[in-house]
Amino acid sequence: MNPRLTRRRFIKSVIFSGAALSSGAGFYLASAQSRQAGAVERLVSLNINGRTRRVDVMPQETLAHTLRYKLGLTGTKIGCNRGECGSCTVTIDDVTHYSCSTLTHSVKGKEVVTIEGLRSESGALHPVQQAFIDELSPQCGFCTPGQIMSTVALLKTNPRPTREEARQALSGNLCRCGAYDHYLNGVMRASGQLS
Amino acid sequence: MPAFDNMPDMELYQPVQIDDALALAARLADRGWLVGGGQDTYGWIKDRNKRPDALIDLNGIESLRGIREIADGIEIGALTTLTEVATNPIVRERYSLLSKAASVVASPQIRNAGTLAGNVAQDVRCWYYRRGLDCYRAGGNLCYADTPEAQNREHAIFNASRCVAVTPSDTGPALVALEAQMVITSQRGQRVVPADRFFVGPDVDIENTTVLRDGEILTAVRIPAKWAGAEFYYEKVADRNVWDFALVSIAGAMRIEGGNIVASSIVCGAVQCTPRRLSSVERAIQGRPRNEATATMVAGMASQGARPLNQNAFKMPLMDNLVTKLLTA
Ligand SMILES: Cc1cc2nc3c(=O)[nH]c(=O)nc-3n(C[C@H](O)[C@H](O)[C@H](O)COP(=O)(O)OP(=O)(O)OC[C@H]3O[C@@H](n4cnc5c(N)ncnc54)[C@H](O)[C@@H]3O)c2cc1C
Ligand code: SF4
Ligand code: FES
Ligand code: FES
Repeated sequence: MNPRLTRRRFIKSVIFSGAALSSGAGFYLASAQSRQAGAVERLVSLNINGRTRRVDVMPQETLAHTLRYKLGLTGTKIGCNRGECGSCTVTIDDVTHYSCSTLTHSVKGKEVVTIEGLRSESGALHPVQQAFIDELSPQCGFCTPGQIMSTVALLKTNPRPTREEARQALSGNLCRCGAYDHYLNGVMRASGQLS
Repeated sequence: MPAFDNMPDMELYQPVQIDDALALAARLADRGWLVGGGQDTYGWIKDRNKRPDALIDLNGIESLRGIREIADGIEIGALTTLTEVATNPIVRERYSLLSKAASVVASPQIRNAGTLAGNVAQDVRCWYYRRGLDCYRAGGNLCYADTPEAQNREHAIFNASRCVAVTPSDTGPALVALEAQMVITSQRGQRVVPADRFFVGPDVDIENTTVLRDGEILTAVRIPAKWAGAEFYYEKVADRNVWDFALVSIAGAMRIEGGNIVASSIVCGAVQCTPRRLSSVERAIQGRPRNEATATMVAGMASQGARPLNQNAFKMPLMDNLVTKLLTA
């Protein structure tokens, strides 16, 4: 195999922890030249909100952890940390995911967007953010970043959803204040269906 | 460190070729843990109740994704997400039973990440076990869910053997009803197991819910043409519409000719450790119309032989009522 390909495949295919590298056994040994080569793999490039960020990521690290505690993007909230609330919702290649239940290493080469990535260069709010303000959607606001990310993803594939479609699309985002109807009003306004 | 629970240190492998994944699975054996969407996995690990040394993330293996036509029906790559299964035009057109089942799993975000393989290979949701108690399923010698005080509203009413946990998978009953074939690959080769033999109860193996063993990877699920475009009925009853596991679910496929049911395949979820085929009901409705009269004739048949625990006798009329709905929908 062409050495560049091998190298590329190695990078794509394996992240060695120190222990795995030093064990020496196994088929990846041929491509893993040295301990340093393995160690370097913890340093990854992530595409977050349109910018490339270099960050040192543990093998088992979740995206929510990386965003909040390594990149300072604390708009993404952690409610349950186990896939049961939706407050950590981000989009990965325009699809919603719970960042608390996503390995950071699995988003290499993908486009991650968090609530911080929505406003325009000029600082203007995203239409969904503005619509949610206009409709007084949030109550305490803790679930709001997740509700907004789910709405942004919905409107990308379905620009004029029915209220029922919006309900389905936002059904993976709990709101303990029970502001659901206000969020749905926000979705309808953002999609130009409320005047 | 922040005050929330992180996962403990582990190795992570992200193979892009199936052969590499198989080699890793064989080498790591019980030290390794396959990851599809990880939606069942991370909870176990965050809770420290399962503690693999290494994760083998299968998501980079493109050949395990996607839905394609084969000579007899379709083949769904094991890593295909539940969202893809739920929205794929071929599945929706011919096997809407499966797309419906996939569309009611958990929540949109979990379906966007969760895979078909992970959905059928996920572990039981018994909270005593998930809590890390050393019950039978965890290698101990008692069942916390089968005691006079136990909270067992969600547990089994059939075929318990020490363990009374139920199958949590929403796609499982649909796959059994459609007579799917599970393609299991290891370094030694491939074996193809019918869905109804893929799932195993505690009488067969108390620590595993499927026939999958260390070193094996579920690589595809084949749906034979037999039930393509049949009449289907799927319903999942749960306390909440989102994020919640079935209390009882039903997946049925029926062929109707000349106004009568000539063949049927009806399966309930969440009543025992494996999807439960309702063979007696299938036999009784054979040759009869899909209507109220037939429903009345088989009333009570589905739940016959059930042995409810303290808190789950409600599952018996629930099963029977779902059969009625299937026949009268
Ligand atoms: C809050 C919450 C609610 C849920 N609600 C539901 C629900 O309503 N209905 C439902 O059915 N499920 C539910 N689930 C369970 C589960 O997360 C999903 O069903 C999901 O489909 C699991 O798929 P996954 O790919 O994420 O699994 P993973 O976590 O990646 O894998 C699950 C198991 O399967 C094994 N595995 C994965 N891929 C393979 C493979 N190719 N070959 C062999 N073994 C493999 C893994 O080793 C692991 O043991 C819920 C989970 C959560 C956290
Ligand atoms: S039902 Fe099964 S998993 Fe639950 S406590 Fe009993 S033995 Fe354990
Ligand atoms: S913090 Fe991720 S779903 Fe609750
Ligand atoms: S606004 Fe408070 S949780 Fe939703």
